[in-house]
Amino acid sequence: MKQEFKQSILDALANPNLTGALGNFSVAYRAGRAKAYEGVDFEALRDQIAEIKSSASSQFDVLAERFSQAAEAQGTKVFRTNDPQAVKDYILRLAQDRGVKRIAKSKSMATEEIHLNKHLEKAGIDVQETDLGEWIIQLAGQTPSHMVMPAIHMTKEEVADVFSNKVEDGQKPDIPKLVKFARGKLRPMFLSAEMGISGANIAVAETGSIVIVTNEGNARLVTTLPKIHVAIVGLEKLVEHFQDIAPILIALPKSATAQLLTSYVSIISGPVPNTDGSAKELHVILMDNRRNEMSHDPRFKQALQCIRCASCLNVCPVFRLVGGHVFGKVYTGGIGTILTAWFSALKESDEIQSLCIQCGNCKDVCPGKIDIPDLILELRRRLAVEQGQPLIQKAIFSVVNNRRLFHTMMRAASIGQKPFAKQGFIRHLPLFLSNMTENRSLPAIADVPFRDRIKQIEQPKCTEKAAFYGGCLIDFAYPGMGESVVKVLNKAGIEVIFPEGQTCCGAPARYSGAYEVAAQNGADNIKALLGEDVDYIVSACPTCTVALKHDFIANLESVGRTEELPAARRLAEKVVDFSTLASQLVEQGRLKFKAGIEPMKFTYHDSCHFKRTLHADQTPRKLMKQAGYEVVEMEEADMCCGMGGSYSIKLPEISAPILERKLVNIEKTGVPLLLIDCPGCVMQIGGGLDKRASNIKVEHTAQRLAECLE
Amino acid sequence: MNAILESSQVFESFRTRAEAVSAQVERVATSELALELIISKLHLEGVRDEAHCYAVWAECPMIGTPEKKRLEAAVPGLKFDVTRELAADAKVGVSQMDWALANTGTLVQRADEVDRRLVSTLPLLHIALVATAALLPDLPSVLARIDPAKSKYFSFITGPSRTADIERVLTIGVHGPERLLIVLVDDLEVTA
Ligand code: SF4
Ligand code: SF4
Repeated sequence: MKQEFKQSILDALANPNLTGALGNFSVAYRAGRAKAYEGVDFEALRDQIAEIKSSASSQFDVLAERFSQAAEAQGTKVFRTNDPQAVKDYILRLAQDRGVKRIAKSKSMATEEIHLNKHLEKAGIDVQETDLGEWIIQLAGQTPSHMVMPAIHMTKEEVADVFSNKVEDGQKPDIPKLVKFARGKLRPMFLSAEMGISGANIAVAETGSIVIVTNEGNARLVTTLPKIHVAIVGLEKLVEHFQDIAPILIALPKSATAQLLTSYVSIISGPVPNTDGSAKELHVILMDNRRNEMSHDPRFKQALQCIRCASCLNVCPVFRLVGGHVFGKVYTGGIGTILTAWFSALKESDEIQSLCIQCGNCKDVCPGKIDIPDLILELRRRLAVEQGQPLIQKAIFSVVNNRRLFHTMMRAASIGQKPFAKQGFIRHLPLFLSNMTENRSLPAIADVPFRDRIKQIEQPKCTEKAAFYGGCLIDFAYPGMGESVVKVLNKAGIEVIFPEGQTCCGAPARYSGAYEVAAQNGADNIKALLGEDVDYIVSACPTCTVALKHDFIANLESVGRTEELPAARRLAEKVVDFSTLASQLVEQGRLKFKAGIEPMKFTYHDSCHFKRTLHADQTPRKLMKQAGYEVVEMEEADMCCGMGGSYSIKLPEISAPILERKLVNIEKTGVPLLLIDCPGCVMQIGGGLDKRASNIKVEHTAQRLAECLE
Repeated sequence: MNAILESSQVFESFRTRAEAVSAQVERVATSELALELIISKLHLEGVRDEAHCYAVWAECPMIGTPEKKRLEAAVPGLKFDVTRELAADAKVGVSQMDWALANTGTLVQRADEVDRRLVSTLPLLHIALVATAALLPDLPSVLARIDPAKSKYFSFITGPSRTADIERVLTIGVHGPERLLIVLVDDLEVTA
């Protein structure tokens, strides 16, 4: 990672305005969004949007042609181009031909994308942004940090300073007054501009209509007062039918600003009369800029379902810490990373793609139903292919993939750690590794890994058998969790075996973009696990479970090893996470809770993959309630803990404050026990609590459950 | 459910939603009462025949020449000849809307004629008249009724102009009206 990029992260983190404002906003947004969607079937709605947008992007050429014909039939001039430069030239030429001296603009990300203002200003045209946020950053000489709220990174004091320095002395940091001031200063701009430029939120092919939404009302003025209106529309805004407007317009305001509907929506389908009775000159520029190419990419086509609501930014644990500018100059956040890779260049996403911790929050709320984290992984993979793996990563994988070598090294580490380990934790590491233990302790490496310990467990002989997939953390750091799994399953009359051939689940390789390595990991495991004649394959680590259930298939597919897919699918069907299996066994009456369990309060942390991929989040809560425990929910229970596999090592600066917030939320519940279904989160949160000398016990659900059963 | 009960529920829903976005909602039985209400409102706002004190009223189906004459007589400073200069200077703008949407508190207007947009964008107070009978349940129901081939500019208005661009603090009245008064009129016919 380049020093410059690291520095931009550090600067953002050191800006209390930024982290404070975004942190508070993310809490308010969550509540507001939920309220706005009350009574709406969000899943059905986004299915509809995804379908509309995906069908549109399958036929951009056809729809662009239809749009042009329909719009031109009404008197609109349509210009289609792939080239951002051609867009700029077209507008400049038009402005010069018509003697335009001033342009009033309403917000348009497409114009940001091609840096239109600069081009026009260089030619001596006065370009006036009229969206309040855009005007502020235009005056401040900055770029938008958020697609919907471009100036969200600034405080009212900063805004007052900008107004005082650039417009008129003496502005006070009083928000209503600042807004009034903007109204007063911008009104003459609308009235004197000879040309209005806008974007569009939707473009309808069958009718040649564009739909523009704004809260401030500036788009209505921009499209009404100047005699010329130019709308710049990215191809991804196209939909086929007029009725397709509805679902998008229902979701967009709710997702963007938690409103039921944006204050103003204009549907424009052709030139209307100007105030002097002449007909408006209406131009629509359909801009491609690689969107068509993107629509032919089997993976990235999905990203064209974006309706630019920015909710993916609002729920992102990383965005709310570092804000938008770390991501770049135009599109920010998770989706911004993807758009930058396409609209600018793949290599421009090289650093920013590493910001994604893969928590999946954005994917859950995206009204376009885009799997953003998956597409970011795909960027990572393509970057790895294009640029090759960093040497150090290669070295790590060669160790991880060689089981024997890995074990030997882990054992050597377990001996080497002795001076640092206390009560099962390592609190400090020497020098170059020290930032790994700066904010959390690390678990000590177990003397005897689980794969050896299980041999010592006396198990009843049962007709039903389960193969246990350990994963590295349970195997080497938390063998106790594995023992609890065995204990519980034994009670239900299931014998547990540990297939020796199992190896790394491939998540580290996959999340680094090394898909060949990950696919090979998968193939080795498929062989080892399907080689056993068992009734269940169980894992107590959600990352591993997801690998076994989903990623093995995806990895093999992406490297073209299709002949191995049937086996991968057979494996996937057999795999179950521990809590889900335990809950089934309780339902079947094969597991019974002890009588007279001391009722106890606990709080539960939702691990990202456990909740958002496996959707098993309610199961452990239910199990423990059945045992007689009482759950006290923490704030943001399903917000990432900052672990993210190697993320906490690569970006400890970001991981640490994410963890910090989690720890505060846990402590606020005032309960003595925290349960989690993921050993990775146990490592991160348990280590963090240990560093704070907290008394809260952290356990895997399996460990507590084992104590509660007859 | 009987039609009267149903319509009153639809109205209540509209009122709740519109008020939630800071619009003010009145309902009157007749057009006559609506005009009286507006006259008193314009007086209250200090509309008079003086710069910065005008009111502009966009051409609308519910009033003909006799009503115009009467209104002009009752409120000096009220103008039916809407120019951009007048609208930009006016305190109040009045117009009639074609539909209202119950589940969002939205008004919908065919707004090809520029005066319809001028009076609802430039003045600080916008008074919007709409037939109670033009209440529709939601967005899809109005989209099914409007024809973009016939009207090239549709305006949807939900509450007054707003922004949250500075520190995400909701502030009313940026570029458009600061206040929106909606008057639902029971004896009006649906305009479209
Ligand atoms: S997966 Fe999580 S970290 Fe990555 S972009 Fe989405 S919300 Fe942000
Ligand atoms: S990716 Fe999804 S959540 Fe993000 S801006 Fe686009 S539509 Fe909204």
